[in-house]
Amino acid sequence: MSDLAGYRGYEPVIGLEVHCELDTVTKMFCGCPNSFGDAPNTNICPVCLALPGSLPVVNEMAVEFAARIGLALHCEVRPSIFHRKNYFYPDMPKDYQISQYDEPINVNGWLELPASGVRIGIERAHMEEDTGKTTHVGGGGRIHDSSFSLVDYNRAGVPLVEIVSRPDIRSSEQARQYVSELRMLLVSIGASKARMEEGSLRVDANVSVRPTGSGVLGTRCEIKNLNSLRSLVRAIEYEIERQVDLVSTGQVVVQQTRHWDEAGGRTIALRSKEEAHDYRYFPEPDLVRLDFDSDRVARIAGALPPTPEQRRARIISLFDAPTGTDLVATIVEMGLDVLVISAIEHGVVPERALSRTANEAAARVEDALNLDPGLYARLLMMEQEGKLTPTQTKAVLQAMMDSGGEPESIASTMGFEAMDSEVVADLVSGIVDANPDEWQRYRDGEGKLAQFFVGQVMKATRGKASGKEVIAALDRLKAGAK
Amino acid sequence: MRASAGDVSAQVRQGRVSATSITERYLEAIESFDRELHAFLTVMADHAVEQATRIDRLVEMGKDPGPLAGVPVAIKDNLCTRGVPTTCASHILENWRPPYSATVVEKLERAGAVIVGKTNMDEFAMGSSTENSAFWATRNPYDADRVPGGSSGGSAAAVASGLSVVALGSDTGGSIRQPAALCGVVGMKPTYGMVSRYGLVAFASSLDQVGPFGTTVEDVALVFSVIAGHDPRDSTSLKVRRDVDTGLLTLADGVAVSGQEGVVDASYGSMPGEDAYIWPASHGLMDGAIEGLRVGVLKEITSDAAPDVRRRVEEAAAALVSLGATVEEVSIPELHYALGAYYLIAPAEASSNLARYDGIRYGLRVDAEDTTSMMSRTRSSGFGSEVKRRIMLGTYALSAGYYDAYYGQAQRVRAVLVDAFAAVYRDHDVLLGATTPATAFGVGEKTGDPLAMYLSDVCTIPSNLAGHPAISVPFGVDDDGLPVGVQVLAPALGEPVMFRVAAAIESAAPSLPPPPVCFADGMGVQSGMGYGHE
Repeated sequence: MSDLAGYRGYEPVIGLEVHCELDTVTKMFCGCPNSFGDAPNTNICPVCLALPGSLPVVNEMAVEFAARIGLALHCEVRPSIFHRKNYFYPDMPKDYQISQYDEPINVNGWLELPASGVRIGIERAHMEEDTGKTTHVGGGGRIHDSSFSLVDYNRAGVPLVEIVSRPDIRSSEQARQYVSELRMLLVSIGASKARMEEGSLRVDANVSVRPTGSGVLGTRCEIKNLNSLRSLVRAIEYEIERQVDLVSTGQVVVQQTRHWDEAGGRTIALRSKEEAHDYRYFPEPDLVRLDFDSDRVARIAGALPPTPEQRRARIISLFDAPTGTDLVATIVEMGLDVLVISAIEHGVVPERALSRTANEAAARVEDALNLDPGLYARLLMMEQEGKLTPTQTKAVLQAMMDSGGEPESIASTMGFEAMDSEVVADLVSGIVDANPDEWQRYRDGEGKLAQFFVGQVMKATRGKASGKEVIAALDRLKAGAK
Repeated sequence: MRASAGDVSAQVRQGRVSATSITERYLEAIESFDRELHAFLTVMADHAVEQATRIDRLVEMGKDPGPLAGVPVAIKDNLCTRGVPTTCASHILENWRPPYSATVVEKLERAGAVIVGKTNMDEFAMGSSTENSAFWATRNPYDADRVPGGSSGGSAAAVASGLSVVALGSDTGGSIRQPAALCGVVGMKPTYGMVSRYGLVAFASSLDQVGPFGTTVEDVALVFSVIAGHDPRDSTSLKVRRDVDTGLLTLADGVAVSGQEGVVDASYGSMPGEDAYIWPASHGLMDGAIEGLRVGVLKEITSDAAPDVRRRVEEAAAALVSLGATVEEVSIPELHYALGAYYLIAPAEASSNLARYDGIRYGLRVDAEDTTSMMSRTRSSGFGSEVKRRIMLGTYALSAGYYDAYYGQAQRVRAVLVDAFAAVYRDHDVLLGATTPATAFGVGEKTGDPLAMYLSDVCTIPSNLAGHPAISVPFGVDDDGLPVGVQVLAPALGEPVMFRVAAAIESAAPSLPPPPVCFADGMGVQSGMGYGHE
């Protein structure tokens, strides 16, 4: 991957259009379930099939989710109207899409990339509806090619928000970070499941190149069919190289819509600007203006779940000393920050809370997400107070992730009784007496013999004693014997 | 005398006549008279008898079947009727049966009305003569060689000829009032948003309103009171409150801003919660008291009308003066631009509304090699020429680079008109004028000249652009014995005063002889005749 100066004297200028399906119960303009993966054409009604005479009614929850997205992206949330975007397409029942055009609900925001702190401008984030899905079925073995298409309208009318960035992105890596951070944000605020693999998050990239340092924008191409972060990075890299090849040899970039061919690892021209649709936008006469007064915005803002940025800041604020921000970012990305915060709030030392979570919990993230943060905190406190050894703690944690339960009772069932430090001291004393040579060498400074004594105690207690307790008892004996 | 809705429902509710017997008589009348008239596209005999039986059972059980108990109603064929063909008089929907009913249809049936059939119209409500129907042309009951007007010509002709007591139509640029005037019946377009459009197949969404036809102002007000009211399934439907003391209408808490998660219920056949009738079926507003009302005779919709028509408007104005109103001529010069603005806005919205007829999900499909060709062939063969003309006009008006000059400009004209009307209504309670520039024209007379046809709506279009209510009331005949309509216009939510003035005009109107094709007494005596040329 090339850095900023690495494209033969050119720099890329990238803007992203991200479509996300909102995680509402019902569709954008009717009462049908908004549900992925159901049998074809089961979540349909006169409205989302565009039967003659049917009319749309705006889903209030979709508007609230759209406003949440706007607020989380630091946008101005304002009164808006819907427009019709007219074009014929078999999987679009009305043959127009209800969208927002020149008066969208959210404008002028930004998203901060976590690693660099670079802010990517958000031009707008507007509401619209999804289309159905067409499946093309191949030839049927008759004389004529009998291929046909099947349309599933379950997705038709599912609420979408399209988030349009400003052309502020300067590398494929920044593009990856932007989408990754945006995806986390959408999940974080409960607005979308944002699953690229299910199509609930879709990305189009606008890419152009210009001589590094130039203030002028080059001719851009829009790349479609980016179904994963990997595709996004590969497609942008390919497209930058393709455009630099053109302009550095005196050729021109033609404004086009291009398709990312994952298997071929290249972008292919779909249509040029001249062939672009004339969408004949006009205000949707079946809907009225969406009024959005400041009270309503304030109410939604007040109930807005924290963004990833806020969640990272929250963890970091609990540390006295600087901490590994990468680790914190990973924890937040996995959604395990609630465990860390709960543990710290219950008195667990922040470093311990972070490392246990980043190691044992993160290794089984799906199960860890089901952990009760309060019980998790109690487990880590038991370890911190010496009631459980690190090995025992890990074993109890695995059990909790397997089948739930309280750490105390699991530890008890596993036979991990807390060993009283006096009992440990007595045991250590006995073992010292039984091994006078080793004890003498240890007293003379042969520190590695500590492991010998720990091993003996573990043997005697079948692993129930804490290594730290044993060493503490040795140290006390050593000090007393002087 | 043709039967009135008030009489029919009163007799049915009192158990003096059964809804079943009335229904059967009307079905027979349709059978015999409609062969000449061609007002109906579908006769709903089984459906009607079923509903009539239900009404009779309710009466027997001592329950109130509603204010339209047993009243035979005809429905324009662009209103969805569950399981019954709803064609919009187009080949493209020839065999389509909607899985749901329009809100207005459900409201009528719950008020006890008996729907006897679906009426003919200009295809997708585009036209002024009902000659643009893909199936057949409806004749004017007063003269078989003349048109009934349009686009709701079938509904107007059905009521005029007594084949239904009342009817529903839709009015985008005059499609209720113009045929009402040409057929000698009362027809009304409500304030935009007073009546739900859910289940009305859209022509031009920002102009379309459903409204009633009847032989009297009282019947029209009665049907209006049944179909009006907020519908959560139509975002443009208004929430209106009626002041009990003054009878005046005001906006309750504005228009619906948005639906609610999980509450939107558009599943087949379901019915959302509904408002009570806007006003009770006892119409205090029908007492004709108009003393002190300020009436303006609107120059722009009157002075260019045919002399016979203009004379009738003047007589109506004189009658209002004699009843105590003050009358003066008013002018809104901006109305000069109304027809032009309408013929940009309506086709533009239509071009988008009619995109869904693509052969994929319902209606006509003409197969082809690929999807695009299939869509193209389906639309080429399924739409008639007037529909295609308007789709092309509208597509052009919305095109990149032309939007501002055409659609944008037309919307600005619309805003100017609303302001101009508001200025006139500061000093006037209602406006009076002609409904049509002339009485019924001949079959085929204007089919070759679209612009001449468009001009038939010049008097009615302004109310649609402004979103205001207006009503056409029969006022005698012209020198050829053809009915003349005068129009009462009111500001938004001005229905109460509009009905009051309309009732006063009706009481002063010269008597109108029933048409030659007429089932003249729904209550028992069948006294129909033919056109007299058989």
